[in-house]
Amino acid sequence: MGPADLLQLVLSGLSVGGLYALVAVGFVTIHAVTGVINFAQGELAMAGALVAATLAGAGTPLPLAVAAGVAAGAGVGLAVDRATVWPALRRRRGGAVAEVVLILLTIGASIAIRGVALALWGSEPYALPPFTAGPPLDLAGAVVSRQTLWVLGLSAVTMVALALFFTRTQVGAALRACAMNRDAARLAAVSPARMSALAFGLSGAVAGLAGAAITPVSLATYDMGLLLGLKGFVSAVVGGLGSPAGAVVGALVLGVLESLGAGLVSSGYKDAIAFLALIAVLLVRPEGLFAVGGRLRGGWLARLRRA
Amino acid sequence: LPVLLLAALVAPLPLLLGGYTLSLLIVIGLHALAALGLGVLMGQAGQVSLAQGAFYGLGAYGSTVLATHAGAPPWASIPLAIAAAAAVALLLGLPAVRLGGHHLALATLGFGVIVFLVFNNETEWTGGPSGAIGIPPLALFGWTVATDRAYAYVVWSVLLAALLGVRVLLRSPTGRAFRAIAASEPAAAAVGIDVARKKLLAFVLAGALGAAAGGLYAHWLTFISPTAFGLEMSIELLVMAVLGGLGSLYGPLLGAATVTLLVEGLRSVVHVVIPGATGWVEVTVFGLILIGVLLVAPEGLAGGLAGARRRVTARRRKDTRNA
Repeated sequence: MGPADLLQLVLSGLSVGGLYALVAVGFVTIHAVTGVINFAQGELAMAGALVAATLAGAGTPLPLAVAAGVAAGAGVGLAVDRATVWPALRRRRGGAVAEVVLILLTIGASIAIRGVALALWGSEPYALPPFTAGPPLDLAGAVVSRQTLWVLGLSAVTMVALALFFTRTQVGAALRACAMNRDAARLAAVSPARMSALAFGLSGAVAGLAGAAITPVSLATYDMGLLLGLKGFVSAVVGGLGSPAGAVVGALVLGVLESLGAGLVSSGYKDAIAFLALIAVLLVRPEGLFAVGGRLRGGWLARLRRA
Repeated sequence: LPVLLLAALVAPLPLLLGGYTLSLLIVIGLHALAALGLGVLMGQAGQVSLAQGAFYGLGAYGSTVLATHAGAPPWASIPLAIAAAAAVALLLGLPAVRLGGHHLALATLGFGVIVFLVFNNETEWTGGPSGAIGIPPLALFGWTVATDRAYAYVVWSVLLAALLGVRVLLRSPTGRAFRAIAASEPAAAAVGIDVARKKLLAFVLAGALGAAAGGLYAHWLTFISPTAFGLEMSIELLVMAVLGGLGSLYGPLLGAATVTLLVEGLRSVVHVVIPGATGWVEVTVFGLILIGVLLVAPEGLAGGLAGARRRVTARRRKDTRNA
């Protein structure tokens, strides 16, 4: 194995990592604002992917199809919030909802969404053309598909846009307020219910984008959300579940690790690598590899504001 | 006493049932055993595990490998497999229980994926995707448990013993510690409960009960394949525990019976109602059950039954007063 092959593995790892990052950022956003780990996050990406692929297959222009995928992700995200998390939080106003209930609710949502997708789309895979056609590019002996560049570019742009949204807009400030202290936010006329919906919609849109972006590479199927969601979560935990920047780095590290592991060790156990990494991180550094300010909720937001 | 009542209730069933319904009874017993462990973990200690199907599989494959590769008799290989699964649960739980509930949930989800990959890839030991065959049937004291009827008694005896054991455990200080942790971890820690150790205990217990069910399953069917122990199984067991009622001793049994019969019922009904329907109905129904129960009746079937009994006795009391 020469250096070009190694570079190839690293590059494809980075591309996969970019996708994980989009999913991971959704986890972090929802968790920061509502305190919920959304197990249906991967299913939001799946909804975006399938909607985009179906529309493009029916002759819709590609940008429009991808936009519809993003909207589908946001819509399903909103539905998850309204159907599960919001009623649970409302029922026990004042009291805390047991974490086990919230986890089980989003697990239920993910299963239901997967079932509906299986009913609507069946189990066969759907394809989407690459965002720009053309032969792959050559980079120092390694082959880079154009879609890889799209994935990396979209991830980077989305991250920057999200960071600006959180720090420079009033709605972003309201979301951060909710993340820091829900009751205090309510006193300042910020509706936690609305912010929760916004967080779910926003992460759904980002996940939908991730789903649409991965489809040209690995096709869209009803069950693609499971592993995508899991790996997004592992990235978020590796990055310290409180920091979008950490989640992005975690996602890129995970993508490269997986790619190297599959290329150098065994491709049969590629999916195991993420979880070995998760268990290792939980064991050695449970606050995440890149957490600086401890595990206080809202810590990353405070740091963002100071920046 | 309810355990005895249950035993008396179930005892004649294997004699009355036969063929398909008898095998359903065995399956319900096995599922109840695995779900019981999950019930303790989720309902009592407030932790979510998505690897119960994997522990079910560890019991099945562990016992199978010991029996077919090492020639161990099933009465020895099942307990050994349970011990091995418990040890695995201990190793997995050690890092995960120190953290919040979602960490254990995700660590177990990932663990389930790894175990499933191992079952599929280690063909030399597990037979790979096509499964392991030639598993010897269970034999006790030189008597082979050959018929389903006899096997039903074995499975339900184990289940009743497990119910009794869990009942004793839940009434002990450890059981109270579990419930304290579920209510509030900081408060439990403040009154001197070693939260991590108790959570670990609940997790290991859940893994062991899952493995017990798996071992019994393997030596009943004498054939196993990885698909029976994937994420679907973990979720099915989860739905059983939640639907039956978190926090109730008999909830998992109720849930296991309901879900098992529901799945069988759906399988036969769905094809008539919606021709060409694949597994999606089952999956969607599971998801909706999970959401519905948690939002509408978080105490599940067992909680509903207890509530109905309270209302009946209250009305009866009122009637006698009025008379």
